[in-house]
Amino acid sequence: MPALINNTTLDKMSEVIKLRKGLDIKLKGSAEKVLESLPVPDMLAIKPTDFPGLVPKMSIKPGDEVKAGDALFYDKYHPEVIICAPYGGKITSINRGERRRILEVVIETNQQTGSREFKKAAPGSLSAAQIKEQLLTSGLWPFIRRRPYGIVASPNEQPKAVFVSSFDTSPLAPDYNFVMEGQLGTFQTGIDALAKLTGKKVYVGINGTSVFTNLKNAETVRFTGPHPAGNVGVQIHHISPVNKGEVVWTVNPQDVLFIGRLFETGSPDFKKIVALTGSEVERPKYLQTLLGSPVSAITDRRLKNADYKQRIISGNVLTGTRIKTQDYIGFYDSQVTVIPEGDDYEFLGWADPGVDKFSSTKAFFSRLFPKKEYVLNANLHGGDRALVLTDQYRKVVPMDIMPVILLKAIIANDIDKMEQLGIYEVIEEDFALCEYVCASKTKVQDILRGGINVMIKELG
Amino acid sequence: MKSLKNFFEKTKPLVQKGAKYHWLHSTHDAFFTFLFVPKTTAKTGTHIHDYIDLKRAMSIVVLSLVPALLFGMYNVGYQHFLVTGELASTGFFDIFLYGLIKVLPIVIVSYGVGLGLEFVFAQMRGHEVNEGFLVSGMLIPLIMPVETPLWMIGLATAFAVIFGKEVFGGTGMNIWNPALVARAFLFFAYPAQMSGNDVWVALDEGDKVIDGFTGATPLADAAAATADSPLTYSVADAFFGFIPGSIGETSVVAILLGALILIVTGIGNWKLMLSTLLGGAFMGIILNLFAVNTYMELPFWQHLILGGFAFGLVFMATDPVSAAQTNRGKWIYGFMIGVLAILIRVLNPAFPEGMMLAILLMNTFAPLIDHYVVQSHVKRRMKRAKVSA
Repeated sequence: MPALINNTTLDKMSEVIKLRKGLDIKLKGSAEKVLESLPVPDMLAIKPTDFPGLVPKMSIKPGDEVKAGDALFYDKYHPEVIICAPYGGKITSINRGERRRILEVVIETNQQTGSREFKKAAPGSLSAAQIKEQLLTSGLWPFIRRRPYGIVASPNEQPKAVFVSSFDTSPLAPDYNFVMEGQLGTFQTGIDALAKLTGKKVYVGINGTSVFTNLKNAETVRFTGPHPAGNVGVQIHHISPVNKGEVVWTVNPQDVLFIGRLFETGSPDFKKIVALTGSEVERPKYLQTLLGSPVSAITDRRLKNADYKQRIISGNVLTGTRIKTQDYIGFYDSQVTVIPEGDDYEFLGWADPGVDKFSSTKAFFSRLFPKKEYVLNANLHGGDRALVLTDQYRKVVPMDIMPVILLKAIIANDIDKMEQLGIYEVIEEDFALCEYVCASKTKVQDILRGGINVMIKELG
Repeated sequence: MKSLKNFFEKTKPLVQKGAKYHWLHSTHDAFFTFLFVPKTTAKTGTHIHDYIDLKRAMSIVVLSLVPALLFGMYNVGYQHFLVTGELASTGFFDIFLYGLIKVLPIVIVSYGVGLGLEFVFAQMRGHEVNEGFLVSGMLIPLIMPVETPLWMIGLATAFAVIFGKEVFGGTGMNIWNPALVARAFLFFAYPAQMSGNDVWVALDEGDKVIDGFTGATPLADAAAATADSPLTYSVADAFFGFIPGSIGETSVVAILLGALILIVTGIGNWKLMLSTLLGGAFMGIILNLFAVNTYMELPFWQHLILGGFAFGLVFMATDPVSAAQTNRGKWIYGFMIGVLAILIRVLNPAFPEGMMLAILLMNTFAPLIDHYVVQSHVKRRMKRAKVSA
């Protein structure tokens, strides 16, 4: 196995992987490259719902004092995987939803509480076991996720490689070149830790303007093309695809920073930059806040006054989670997007020439203005139908995977077929564009996650 | 606009389940969503959705059929006055009006019966009314001979909607192109009324016809042609469409206009069109090379402008539901339609036209083609797994 990886990657060092399929959705409201630091919010929360497949068991109860790095809850099936408090303070509540499912663990922050201390050392000087131990006990492990399935990595498994995508091509995505300003050293430390931890190759996907070209202990692979070229799943597929029985790990760029900081300073530090974007934002820009920050800390007094409904999304418009102003930003999200809700009727909308209607198809006059940026709302623009147009999905999935056929195998609950057709290689974000372009308004991401859940249940 | 919207919003509770007018639910919903794009927003998954929906996609297909429909109306009048010998003395609008009066009832019956059934099925199933029939309802009149009795159109449409589509689960689930199911139904159920030479030109009782008129389509002529009876049409006539034939199929120009709309908007798949064209040309050339009779000598390119070939290629082979779903499958599917259409046309004496049967046959085989394309895709993926293991 290692021999082959070396062969293919040596070639890829010099070349650029050009992807043609996909779609860039140009929205109004991309973040200006300005960074504003926000004070520590009064409240923070971690949401167990951000971890698909993880069954949370509480380590704390309301009223407890926690330091940054103290366990809040752990995975029932991997008790060594803990999710920790991002900042010191007091647990005020554990909010539950339907069937007592835990939705969020809320902490009232307190500057005096401080944080737990860990070993401060260059990852190179530590053993793999020591690094693993430190990541697990500090609650940083959950930032490492695995393919297949896009769930938190298991500490017992051996991945064949680690992948970090250093650029995001989704609509209005943050520019990691900007986010990393002054933090590249810390990023390198994080990469060192991942390389040492696994003893395997760390691949960093980069784009044309990347600041990540001089990384050590990692191999950079350049990608060009429209979204989803920046998706780590797409990059894995073209560098070293996941076959049955294989596992790779993925980490988000800002989460690599958390790991780097832990080893550089010895204390967990969850400062994070979030891009506030979207057509409903008065002045879209970057904001420095903390992991688990309330969305109101980001959006208050920064949205346009509107006499219509607005939708706040933690993440981007394709894969993000719809949240309310009193909610908290998602664990893995580096972006908040605000768009109009669009819950209005539109008279004969389907017959409109469509100058302002962005479409992946050529059936609207908006195609005459390829450079234009659009205000898109959350309306479905049509009713649920059976699949009729058959060539739409294929055009937005730059992988050797047949999306429609795979989705049908999932609907038919055919595990063999799902396996053969590539369910190990994709998660929701990789098929999100299919859902966007679908004329029949099919819930592609829900179907895919359903299939993944079946695989986890049946095969573990 | 606002009062219309209010009317629909106010009457909505009346058609909900358990309410008095629940049996009108699908009808209410169909008209409401036709007039107003619903206000439904994304609950899960992507927050933004493409503006394309089936209403737009289907209405573009209907739009692309309009040139063929209008020309078909004109040609019905043209053929009528041609054979009655009154063409020179009749004005453009009278010619068109004659065709309009002949064709419009067929369109109305097709839409009336089909949509009526669609509403009933949607109501029974608790679905929304699907837009698929907007296209089928236009295709059916265009592929019928003008003299088809209206009751047959109605019967064929009902057969197509029920057994061609709804028994499979409705739009998107059907195996065969519903419009062709209607055509095939009539072709096999009422062969006396649907073929031969008497159905292609509209004639009223008491009409006198010119000497030498047979009523045969150029294809029937071609099939009967011998070395000493040259073909009775000019290539230009066939291209522009001034020949007898099913209502919408005669004019290649009108069909090309439709093809242009479909390709420019991307709603029709150009690969299916091209592969069908290549298949037809390929088979035509083969027949030319091994020609043993006059029909086989008919230059291959003339096949492409005669009969239903162009119409089937642009509007029926491209039906995304009944065609192959995979990309490679589409190339094979289209190519085989072209090959079979010409093959049936020339070599099977029972059928002067082969396009309908070719498409229906390939509709049937489309899932098989897809199966093998998917298998080879899976094989390639498995090989990758072995290499890296």
